[in-house]
Amino acid sequence: MLQEKLYDYLLHLGDNSMILGQRLGELCGHGPELETDIALTNISLDLFGQVRNYFQAAAQIKGGDATEDSVAMQRYEHEYKNTYLVEQPNEDFAHVLVRQFFFDVYHQLMLNELMNSKNETLVAIAKKSIKEVNYHVDFSSTWVKRLGDGTEESHEKAQTAVNTLWRYSMELFKATETESWAAESGVGPDLNQLKSVYLERVSSILKEATLSLPEETVFQYGAKTGRHSENMGYILAEFQYMQRAYPNMKW
Amino acid sequence: MNKEWPIWEIFIRSKNGLEHRHCGSLHAADEEMAIQNARDVYTRRQEGVSIWVVESKHITASNPEKNGEMFEPAADKVYRHPTFYELPDEIKHM
Repeated sequence: MLQEKLYDYLLHLGDNSMILGQRLGELCGHGPELETDIALTNISLDLFGQVRNYFQAAAQIKGGDATEDSVAMQRYEHEYKNTYLVEQPNEDFAHVLVRQFFFDVYHQLMLNELMNSKNETLVAIAKKSIKEVNYHVDFSSTWVKRLGDGTEESHEKAQTAVNTLWRYSMELFKATETESWAAESGVGPDLNQLKSVYLERVSSILKEATLSLPEETVFQYGAKTGRHSENMGYILAEFQYMQRAYPNMKW
Repeated sequence: MNKEWPIWEIFIRSKNGLEHRHCGSLHAADEEMAIQNARDVYTRRQEGVSIWVVESKHITASNPEKNGEMFEPAADKVYRHPTFYELPDEIKHM
């Protein structure tokens, strides 16, 4: 029972990074500048590296012939526990960076808390990942400021991205049954308590960027419990193609 | 309006105690982005511990057309090399 919960919790942590990493990977060779292309795919690789750690631990719990790959690839759509935010499409450069920013600030708070987890594996993963994620926060925050406080056009595009993506932000902090279990047992943080710091940090960067949060937002919840948006099917079709077409293939 | 980002020259110090060495150039809109881009382009395989960036326009270069008068006069002045001394055997590492 306990191990099952932990397995589930590892998926919660890994899936957000994995699906965001996949979204960023789509930009490989398509970044607006060579340097930005490399930067975004670097972040993608950081995220996949972290996912490997989570899923190696998950595969160990699952036992049998489970591997990090089978945990990553061989699930149905409703079994993925990532949020709506990370499955949003790469609409334009502003959407990519605002999505990244909304996630990075959460991710940094989360890893800082996981460094105090009662689970040693999570402590080790968090300690290793936090340096990467501190950089991600720097990178996406400076870009949000640059776009928001840039030209009229970049400001407008960034504000549109904020307006579109903000509704997916609060799902990060709405605990599922598994996340509540993690908080109660000291394995993970109480998400609700992270929310105020999150709002503070996001607002202060947006203010510097001369951007504002939409006044009335109907927040969207449900992806974490398996009710994904239409986007998810397309992501998985590409992501799982090789494993579905040639089961258990290796290279 | 020129939409290209300016070019920056990148200098990397490979480890503490060594000097920064020029390793290439890249595009960036401002100095902060230049540092971040340099980090991702030039130090992703542990090449460095410190980065300097200088916008290329701030570098004044010698004119290649004047290479003749600039550099060739040094060619026949072998006496500027300290090669005419006999070193005592006791001196090592020269």
